[in-house]
Amino acid sequence: MALTREQVENIAHLARLELEPAEIPRFQQNLSSIVEFIGELERAETAGIAPMAHPLPGLTQRLRPDAVTEPDERELYQQNAPQVAAGLYLVPKVIE
Amino acid sequence: MYRQTLTQLAADLRARRVSSVELVRAFLARIEASQRDLNAFVTVTAEQALAQAEAADRALAAGRGGALEGVPFGHKDLFCTAGVRTTCGSRMLERFISPYDAAVVSRLKAAGAVMLGKLNMDEFAMGSSNETSYFGPVRNPWNRALVPGGSSGGSAAAVAARLLPAATATDTGGSIRQPAAFCGVTGIKPTYGRVSRYGMIAFASSLDQAGVIAASAEDAARVLREMAGFDPRDSTSVDAPVPDYLAGLDQPLSGLKIGVLKEFFDTGLDAAYERCVREALQVFERLGASVREVSLPNIPLSVPVYYVVAPAECSSNLARYDGVRFGHRCAEARDLEDLYKRSRSEGFGAEVKRRIMTGTYVLSAGYYDAYYLKAQRVRRLIAADFERAFGEVDLLMGPTTPTAAFELGAKVADPITMYLNDIYTIGANLAGLPAMSVPCGFAAGLPAGLQIIGPHFAEARLLNAAHRYQRETDWHLRIPEAYA
Repeated sequence: MALTREQVENIAHLARLELEPAEIPRFQQNLSSIVEFIGELERAETAGIAPMAHPLPGLTQRLRPDAVTEPDERELYQQNAPQVAAGLYLVPKVIE
Repeated sequence: MYRQTLTQLAADLRARRVSSVELVRAFLARIEASQRDLNAFVTVTAEQALAQAEAADRALAAGRGGALEGVPFGHKDLFCTAGVRTTCGSRMLERFISPYDAAVVSRLKAAGAVMLGKLNMDEFAMGSSNETSYFGPVRNPWNRALVPGGSSGGSAAAVAARLLPAATATDTGGSIRQPAAFCGVTGIKPTYGRVSRYGMIAFASSLDQAGVIAASAEDAARVLREMAGFDPRDSTSVDAPVPDYLAGLDQPLSGLKIGVLKEFFDTGLDAAYERCVREALQVFERLGASVREVSLPNIPLSVPVYYVVAPAECSSNLARYDGVRFGHRCAEARDLEDLYKRSRSEGFGAEVKRRIMTGTYVLSAGYYDAYYLKAQRVRRLIAADFERAFGEVDLLMGPTTPTAAFELGAKVADPITMYLNDIYTIGANLAGLPAMSVPCGFAAGLPAGLQIIGPHFAEARLLNAAHRYQRETDWHLRIPEAYA
């Protein structure tokens, strides 16, 4: 199945990616061939088969007790932030 | 001394026949000399390594120290290392300094291993050739015109060229086993949940697992023994006892039932590579194992299943790179959406974008059932095939890859051709099984890998079989001429 240019642009928007106009045809071609490739799965008979999300039989993910275990490391963590002020992460103005 | 195995080096350190500082200096010199040709490292931590080596020598002099005290070591650059940058092979994290150590890093540090640096890899572990790294491709030490495999290409190339005795690696669809096969070294991907993923940068959470690449199965066992075990900080970590992988080596193989994976020999397998694998199977027969053919009828669907499940999980995991809290941020964003979009578009390379977009597509409204749920159903069929097989045999064996290493640039134009390289390795990830690649000869002068797959938590059985095989053969001791 071939994806249209609009579909590719929409997927990019959903993924919060901005594609250069010149690179869209290549992504369109690549994604179309990937979608065609995974379309092979249609042929598999899976009636009555439950989806498998966890690779170990009978196991699901543990939940930890809802208790505070981490100390406040804000300053340490914010050393990696692109822009902070007064302990806050800065982003462009969101509300006018 | 670089020719010695990690096991020998650890014994020499313990007996004070060599100091950690001497070893670290020798390996650092090899790393420096090879970096232009191989590009195996993203970051070399020479100063910290020498300081750590001095501390290790003091501990050893006092008769103290862990099982790997003073042994030079390296980490794939997706394990967080406190105070040392952790890039995941991406521009997105080019300047990211982790505030903490990954569980694997702190466990190996506690065992005394000395980190010499961070190893190059495909960007966010998405690739099978190491060509997607923002820091440039790694080259194969056997022939520098060839890829080392991926995504743990730096780890495999470094061990093959004896720049390090062993290194950590990770495997989501073959990223330990495929480069180990291409570079002629030994790699093990443990059972899903065996090794903590705390501090391991996420790619596909239902598949990712940490492991090790080393020169021999015995070395891998020695390292894995220190890495494995329950960690409450990783919700996928399994609380089950860890057997002593070293004590489990040298068990006789008489009576061992080996299943040969029929589908792995059906199509696309290189003839010379096949001969290497068949000869390896004969070695196991001579050691008393019985070999019979086993079929996994749904295994041909493992690549399409993987290319739904892994991108879906990747699109979700990589949503965290938003240019706000850490990672690359674009200049002069107009508004928040522009900040997200341009930061991500500048920070991620083409393959990562392809995977994120594939994942976004298969999870989007109207397609979720047709692709994602369907793939999860087929995944269960594949896991059930393995379960049936392990009702009849103790281990499964086959080739690790369809061909030996290919040329740089040969498969970058067509993602599907690249994806099909992992056709034999993906099944073990989908089913969460432990799997290894062991050097088993040379196909037209290039290393071939024998893949061994076991039931859940059978790492000891895998390592024992590989070790017995390596006592009969010397493929794992071959070193590329340029680095011998």
